[in-house]
Amino acid sequence: MSLTADDVNKIAHLARLGIDKQDVESYAKDLSGMLDLMTRMSELNTDNVEPMAHPMDQAQRLRPDVVTEQNNREKFQAIAPQVEAGLYLVPKVIE
Amino acid sequence: MHTKTLLELVQGLRSGEFSSVELTQAFLNRIMQHQHLNAYITVTEEIALENAKAADIRLSNGKAELLTGIPIAQKDIFCTLDVKTTCGSKMLDNFTAPYNATVVEKLNQAGAVMLGKLNMDEFAMGSSNETSYYGVVKNPWNTNTVPGGSSGGSAAAVAARLAVCATGTDTGGSIRQPAALCGITGLKPTYGRVSRYGMIAYASSLDQGGPMTHSAEEAAVMLQTMAGFDEKDSTSVDCPVPDYRAGLNNSLAGLKIGLPKEFFGEGLNSEVASTLEIAINEYSKLGAEIKEISMPNLKLAIPAYYVIAPAECSANLSRFDGVRYGYRCENPVDLTDLYTRSRGEGFGKEVKRRILMGTYALSAGYYDAYYIKAQKVRRLISEDFKNALGEVDVIMGPVTPTTAFGIGEKIGNPIEMYLSDIYTIAINLAGVPAMSIPAGFVAGMPVGLQIIGNYFAEDRLLNIAHQYQQVTDWHQHTPKGFE
Repeated sequence: MSLTADDVNKIAHLARLGIDKQDVESYAKDLSGMLDLMTRMSELNTDNVEPMAHPMDQAQRLRPDVVTEQNNREKFQAIAPQVEAGLYLVPKVIE
Repeated sequence: MHTKTLLELVQGLRSGEFSSVELTQAFLNRIMQHQHLNAYITVTEEIALENAKAADIRLSNGKAELLTGIPIAQKDIFCTLDVKTTCGSKMLDNFTAPYNATVVEKLNQAGAVMLGKLNMDEFAMGSSNETSYYGVVKNPWNTNTVPGGSSGGSAAAVAARLAVCATGTDTGGSIRQPAALCGITGLKPTYGRVSRYGMIAYASSLDQGGPMTHSAEEAAVMLQTMAGFDEKDSTSVDCPVPDYRAGLNNSLAGLKIGLPKEFFGEGLNSEVASTLEIAINEYSKLGAEIKEISMPNLKLAIPAYYVIAPAECSANLSRFDGVRYGYRCENPVDLTDLYTRSRGEGFGKEVKRRILMGTYALSAGYYDAYYIKAQKVRRLISEDFKNALGEVDVIMGPVTPTTAFGIGEKIGNPIEMYLSDIYTIAINLAGVPAMSIPAGFVAGMPVGLQIIGNYFAEDRLLNIAHQYQQVTDWHQHTPKGFE
């Protein structure tokens, strides 16, 4: 299985990940190599095998429905790139 | 002082032979003296000396724990309150953590002294420490070779005695492989044994923190503090932590050791293989029974891992968006540009490769063929471990196919780099615990022996490693220039 430069650009867009133009071909080659490696999995019959998402197969723990988090807004916003009046600033989204 | 074992240092602190401040200063001096190794990203000199002063008071009050006053260092993947926490990435070069990871909190509470934050592959993705934004770490046994990764800074710092012991994390071998390549002891606990709270996530169903030390006895002391249930980690397992030092001296008579034939075939360097044979023979002398076993699905661990880990990574790393913390590009024209360029400029090439791979594997039309298929393969690999560990008490094998490779040797060929993790990756997929212990040298470079046990059998692994370290001295060797 091999991926083209177009495929890589499409995936990069899905991931909102900027990649340098001159690197696209090398990503296409590396990802194709990885996909070749993965095709080896098809050697193995996995019909009726339950997918394993997690080593412990445990259910999510529940806790009482009470507030435990403290308000750390100021502390967390102190490390943000751009904030104003307690809000995170981003470029204008709605015209 | 730096050549003493952890327990000798505990003795020295308690008898008043030296203070924690003196001990800490000696390690800080060594860090400065050996900066060329690039093991540390941040040295927290002020914090270290403050911790040491507090430890000296605690020691004089008789309220000390074993780690009180002992200088250790944290892999820079663990969040440290008000201290720069980079995860080896430009993305977090400006990030100061607003809270402590549970592991950091527990070690602080025990009174350990934090010397600083250790270098690592970017977001723990790498096997050579070459993907770090802060540059490669050098292996103290030969500075032209890599220390392994991703906990390369941790392994190099412990081997060169720039910290008494260190924390590491292991998603596909990131504690065991650098431990092997740097000639130290490393333990990846059972998944869920050590809290992941505040440990920056790479692949959440595989990541696990653990100790990196010279000996198994030291690993037992460190794990004792690091392990335990944490309600802040939803996958932390609520089961009691045993006394890890209590069983260290148990006899190995009758221990059943399984050697998977898949671990000793093609690809394993013949000198590494013969070194391991001698080590395993040592276990026969200690009374263990050695048996060949088969784990037929191990060969599919690499393909399954390189679907599952990138898939989880692409989801986890979506949080780095240039909005709330971390790197933001200059002058974004719109929101998409802000996301795309911040992530494009903030992440290095290996991280991008894995995000792309994971995004592809999770995308519509490919999800069943790759992600679900890999999870099914994961189940079968995990069953191989269950079957093997029903037949034998522990599994032994290599950690790495060769000793440390040269800096620059594999970084241009990612697939070749991935294949070097062949003996460690399956363990994370299953979630069982495993150790790497020093087992000899090939041409002056350390070789690690891997010991794999059943879920929550860390105490048994430590016992087995400790018994070997009573009859060998590989774990006591120090690289030239660092004595």
